[in-house]
Amino acid sequence: MTGTLTREEVYRHLYEVFDPEVPVLSIVDLGIVRDVAVSDQMVEVFITPTYTGCPATKVIEDDITSKLKSEGITELKITTVLSPAWTTDWLTEEGRTRLREFGIAPPEGMADKNVLFGEPKKVHCPHCGSLNTLMKSQFGSTACKALYFCNDCVEPFDYFKCI
Amino acid sequence: MENRDQLFQYCLRLGDSSLVIGHRLSEWCGHGPILEEDIAMTNISLDLIGQARIMLTYAGQVEGKNRSEDDLAYLRDSMDFRNLMITEQPNGDFGKTMMRQFFFSTYCYFLYQQLTKSKDATIAAFAEKSLKEVTYHVRHTSEWIIRLGDGTEESHERVQEAADELWMYTGEMFTADEVDELMLKSGIGADLDKVKQEWANLVNDIFKKATLKVPSGSYMITGSKKGKHTEHLGFLLAEMQFLPRAYPGASW
Repeated sequence: MTGTLTREEVYRHLYEVFDPEVPVLSIVDLGIVRDVAVSDQMVEVFITPTYTGCPATKVIEDDITSKLKSEGITELKITTVLSPAWTTDWLTEEGRTRLREFGIAPPEGMADKNVLFGEPKKVHCPHCGSLNTLMKSQFGSTACKALYFCNDCVEPFDYFKCI
Repeated sequence: MENRDQLFQYCLRLGDSSLVIGHRLSEWCGHGPILEEDIAMTNISLDLIGQARIMLTYAGQVEGKNRSEDDLAYLRDSMDFRNLMITEQPNGDFGKTMMRQFFFSTYCYFLYQQLTKSKDATIAAFAEKSLKEVTYHVRHTSEWIIRLGDGTEESHERVQEAADELWMYTGEMFTADEVDELMLKSGIGADLDKVKQEWANLVNDIFKKATLKVPSGSYMITGSKKGKHTEHLGFLLAEMQFLPRAYPGASW
């Protein structure tokens, strides 16, 4: 039974569940919690994966379950939705700030709509703020990141790529 | 459900092609020519296996015989697989892997653009999601085709050879059978003639930039849509399916 629990309270609990690969970033700020439905019988959380093969998705589901269970919510359902597809446009301002503080450059601008070719984006170095950076690879340490290098502070860094 | 069998076949084709080429790419893990490419190929592989999971899960639901994504991936033999033959071709050298991926990802790119408008909500959502990932795959492989083709004499020769070898497997991507026709007619599937046109335009464009010759061979091998495969698929499955077959129900 969910008692007098409100949707906002569930959201507050979910705010304390973090992305396992970027452990400063709440899954709410990441934009993967799409909705929460609270009824007398149960709580249903709707989530969407960042990338189809993202191995963190299963961990996030488990973390949501254990967090909400620890808050006394026993009747819980997690539903995955694919459409609309996740986009970095859903990252909150708070999320972007957290990423930068963690040393990952947040996505710049809005998601490209199916642009196949073009110059790689100019990205600010999260360490020194310089724009004198270079894309080394479109594929970084996880599916959601690209690998960049800063010519000014001579440090490599991850860029949370725009999709 | 209307046309259940045909929809099941259609889903298997989408899911199996992604699964098999995803597995092929994963064979590069730890063997990439440079660290960045090792990471890139395994990232692409992960995307493709993720896409396969969505489609095989759905195929199981459409079939209605309680088969899970794992049952379909691990407990079918090669004649029950519906992946395109190009996806099962061995990796060869790095240039051949890039060429295979370029041909296939470009096909997916134009196919999924149409499927985002599918009347089947799951296929449309799958296409919308996958298209974002595939766009990166096309961009990455195109850049390599240009760099290798317009590179040294050695790299040009090898990547041209790869194109020539793989060419006869490209035809069946666009050869519609009665399942494709029914799916197109019911607003679920894509028009493969249109995909072919768009695919050929992009391939011509990239080959021109890469100073490569588009192969002219007209013989195209077909049959995977009915379960006919090259000898390579059996070996691939033997490796991929070993664990769940030797230790049924194994989990971690």
